[in-house]
Amino acid sequence: MKTPIYLDNHATTRVDPRVLEAMLPYFGEHFGNAASRNHQFGWEAEAAVDKGRKQIADLIGATAKEIIFTSGATESNNLAIKGVAEMYANKGNHIITQATEHKAVLDTCKKLEKHGIRVTYLPVKQDGIIDLDQLREAITDKTILVSIMYANNEIGVIQPIAEIGKICKEKGILFHTDAVQACGKVPVNVITDNIDLLSLSGHKIYGPKGVGALYVRRKSPRVQITAQIDGGGHERGMRSGTLNVPGIVGLGEACQICRTEMSEESKRLAALRDSLKDKLFANLDELYINGSMEHRLPNNLNVSFAYVEGESLLMGINEVAVSSGSACTSATLEPSYVLKALGVGDEVAHSSIRFGLGRFNTQEHIDYVADRLTEVVRKLRELSPLYEMVKEGIDISKIQWAVD
Amino acid sequence: MAYSNKVLDHYNNPRNVGSLDKNDPSVGTGMVGAPECGDVMKLQIKVDESTGIIADAKFKTFGCGSAIASSSLATEWLKGKTVDEALAIKNTEIVNELSLPPVKIHCSVLAEDAIKAAISDYKKKKSVVTTEAVGSNA
Repeated sequence: MKTPIYLDNHATTRVDPRVLEAMLPYFGEHFGNAASRNHQFGWEAEAAVDKGRKQIADLIGATAKEIIFTSGATESNNLAIKGVAEMYANKGNHIITQATEHKAVLDTCKKLEKHGIRVTYLPVKQDGIIDLDQLREAITDKTILVSIMYANNEIGVIQPIAEIGKICKEKGILFHTDAVQACGKVPVNVITDNIDLLSLSGHKIYGPKGVGALYVRRKSPRVQITAQIDGGGHERGMRSGTLNVPGIVGLGEACQICRTEMSEESKRLAALRDSLKDKLFANLDELYINGSMEHRLPNNLNVSFAYVEGESLLMGINEVAVSSGSACTSATLEPSYVLKALGVGDEVAHSSIRFGLGRFNTQEHIDYVADRLTEVVRKLRELSPLYEMVKEGIDISKIQWAVD
Repeated sequence: MAYSNKVLDHYNNPRNVGSLDKNDPSVGTGMVGAPECGDVMKLQIKVDESTGIIADAKFKTFGCGSAIASSSLATEWLKGKTVDEALAIKNTEIVNELSLPPVKIHCSVLAEDAIKAAISDYKKKKSVVTTEAVGSNA
């Protein structure tokens, strides 16, 4: 078995060889600009873009004309939220989102707050899911947009999207969802879920980096957004810039593969994920699952190994690529705000590991990772003064720690 | 984060892991940090009463690799030193020895604090005849 083993598929995924194969001609002989309307090179590129648009639309139950290409989900989220805030400024100035959103949503909302938009950040319950009653209560006659992610990138928890969509439709409020982690992993349908805007990205679904899309509903209601990048008026004026043809071909192919293989793949990944969980729980005590296990992506597991610090755990399993919510592994030196939002205490975040399984993982990988983790957690608990105290029957939550 | 070879060595082969009897009057215990900050170090010294030299040192650490390495190194340095010599150990010496990057300097500070806490606990026991000794969480 080859190491390192990659179990960080919420961060990014390896490009599927079939996707790469589909892309290659568009770097070579079919290099045209899709906006060149008057020669063969342009027509070929345009045909490839049209095909990609259709493949993406088919994955989410949309029509091709509702797909706007972007550089990725960060741009899609920015375009959706800022674009709606600007376009519907006469209608209202209130946006509702929630605490465990990706920074691409949270920081976009924070930016808008500086420009007079009021934003409500809904808390989540301990299982990571928002309270629908709190959502209903937060809505005012000034609310123009609700932006709630489909599935979380750290804990994999899936929000009640169809219910949220229904509430928004009843109130005549637009509903945007960042579906980066959900698309291609679980069935997503913009019609049945009443989604008005949806962000997705290529590199989370075995496609290339640097390409994403925003779904913008065209019928009941017809959603309008103000462009955030101005120029040649591409993408029906909503996003200017020469289209990334090879990227779009790759994103389209990636969506197509997900659509045909999702039901099989999600079953396989859920079984692998469950076997990882079962092995860890059989070998070790004091493990805690972060977020709902019931409403969760099939490829996600987020576990806190109590009394062991996450970065030291990663150091012990350096042949396994996973990530931690520990402060020591983050650029900001703050523990994961997603785990903090669950209200389970900072020490839980410091001890957490996120496993993101993917298309190229095997049972052999899972067995290896479970064994190695068991070994390293046992070793680090031998080293842990907290584990020692707990085993002596001391309640460490009652200790007056000197926090500076 | 890329670790220095010395940090990796202490992480892979931590020296002097364990616990001494905290009720022993010749043992000083220091416990510093807090679980919610992601670092807790327990460092203990056992002083040879006749010579005043630290005969043994043990540690247990909840924290990142650099925190583990800093406390492991501290126990190595403590052994064979007098209490006063031990008090002179500076966090910057730990930083230099382990080549800690700037974001990990707080690990060395914590190790210095743990040394000082252990010595202070030992001295407190010496001055108080009644040996109602408890591990210091100060």
